[in-house]
Amino acid sequence: MNVTRGFTGRDRVHNPGLPPGQYDAGEDWPVLSAEVTPDLAPADWTFRVDGLVERPRTWDWDEAHALPPSAYEGDIHCVTSWSKFGVRFGGVSLDAFLDVARPHGSATHAVAYSHTGYTTNLPLADLTGGRAWIAWEYDGEPLPAEHGGPARLLVPHLYFWKSAKWIAGLRLLDHDEPGFWEQNGYHARGNPWEEQRYSGD
Amino acid sequence: MTDISASSFTPPTRFAVPGRIAVSNRAAAVWQTATLTEIRRETPHAATFRFAVPAWAGHLPGQHLMLRLTAEDGYAAQRHYSIASAPDDTGHIELTLDHVEGGEVSGWFHTVAKPGDEVEVRGPLSGFFAWPGDRPALLIGAGSGVVPLMAMVRHHRARELSVPLRLLVSARSPEELIYARELGAETTPVFTRSGPEGVAVGRMTAAHVAPVLSEPPPGGWEAYVCGSNAFAEHASRLLVEAGQPVDRIRIERFG
Ligand SMILES: Cc1cc2nc3c(=O)[nH]c(=O)nc-3n(C[C@H](O)[C@H](O)[C@H](O)COP(=O)(O)OP(=O)(O)OC[C@H]3O[C@@H](n4cnc5c(N)ncnc54)[C@H](O)[C@@H]3O)c2cc1C
Repeated sequence: MNVTRGFTGRDRVHNPGLPPGQYDAGEDWPVLSAEVTPDLAPADWTFRVDGLVERPRTWDWDEAHALPPSAYEGDIHCVTSWSKFGVRFGGVSLDAFLDVARPHGSATHAVAYSHTGYTTNLPLADLTGGRAWIAWEYDGEPLPAEHGGPARLLVPHLYFWKSAKWIAGLRLLDHDEPGFWEQNGYHARGNPWEEQRYSGD
Repeated sequence: MTDISASSFTPPTRFAVPGRIAVSNRAAAVWQTATLTEIRRETPHAATFRFAVPAWAGHLPGQHLMLRLTAEDGYAAQRHYSIASAPDDTGHIELTLDHVEGGEVSGWFHTVAKPGDEVEVRGPLSGFFAWPGDRPALLIGAGSGVVPLMAMVRHHRARELSVPLRLLVSARSPEELIYARELGAETTPVFTRSGPEGVAVGRMTAAHVAPVLSEPPPGGWEAYVCGSNAFAEHASRLLVEAGQPVDRIRIERFG
């Protein structure tokens, strides 16, 4: 351990909800997208599931809203070290979309892509079983554009760059293909509890 | 380092700003000791910290690193910092830190740190905000957001590059303008609170951006925007409204 002379740091808070190396950002919700925030109206938003599925399909805003609503209440963790506790998102479970599209048995991974062209890769197992959402509400209000509105992917058990803003679709694959940050040196899976920040962690 | 063209999966949507370089995953994975060798005051709230990092793998202007401070009980705080110095072979790198009120890491640097102290760094990180010095660059920053842009300006000068480069930088006042002594003809400063006699004061507007964008160099500008999220939103909107293509705008938000 390389102790830094004279560094004591903040008061230690014991918070079992905080993954290693993270701090509680409190009320703050920093924005860290690398591209220009798009001007995307709900009427222009669509979400597509294709690739290794039986029934590729595109949903528009109203069709997606006709699926059973589902909410996430809990924590989110950003790779830049902040975590945010007790957030409330509303939308639809990704399982509801996948149940319609029916993934082939050969599908193991997905690339999620945005209306801006941003991409991120995920194991399919991280997107199923009630652990991922398409979210359009935050705290009971429409999701703000800078946070991914009108709708974003939400995969809260992984670092937040996996939760693609302005989500446009999922392509299911039988292999893993690095997305935008993953090509820029970030970890393929991004589990905050194992501190998988960068490739090689 | 090679150019990244596109991922093998190309989304049907408009393409996101592709990364400029492939990053070395090995360099990014290893923590190295950085020994503080010099502290230079830039403004009342910002100072530059020079470190010896003998095994530094080299970087491109625009890249950042992760920095870690460790307390005696093992508690560690880590933050991202842009690299201020241009790539060179001195085995040294420089960071410029704003003193954030109540800041855990910047507070240590501004009140405790002295030459000889050791911290840890890993990097360089992130290829998408890197500028290899190839394309004409329009740099727009505010506050400490000028730090990665200054690495580009310094690189341009050190290599005597002929590719066009312009810097628009916003600061509260001339006293708060980081690197003021070093800025030259490529730079247009914008002062938001107080300025020199006869210079208009206020936030950056379309009038600052228009003269640069109305005379684009061959191949157009690659725009690099850096600062707080609020500034990044404002500046990128000015660029889009002035006709800069969104896929030629790279944004580094300090959170
Ligand atoms: C890619 C990137 C590059 C960057 N480059 C630079 C750069 O070149 N120069 C630069 O100056 N900055 C840069 N930053 C910002 C930098 O990473 C830090 O955010 C900044 O230095 C503040 O860190 P700190 O530890 O001093 O403050 P922090 O301790 O993180 O505090 C920041 C604010 O949050 C509050 N806060 C945070 N945690 C807590 C807590 N647990 N309890 C109470 N309050 C809290 C503080 O009161 C303060 O207002 C960069 C950021 C990014 C993402």
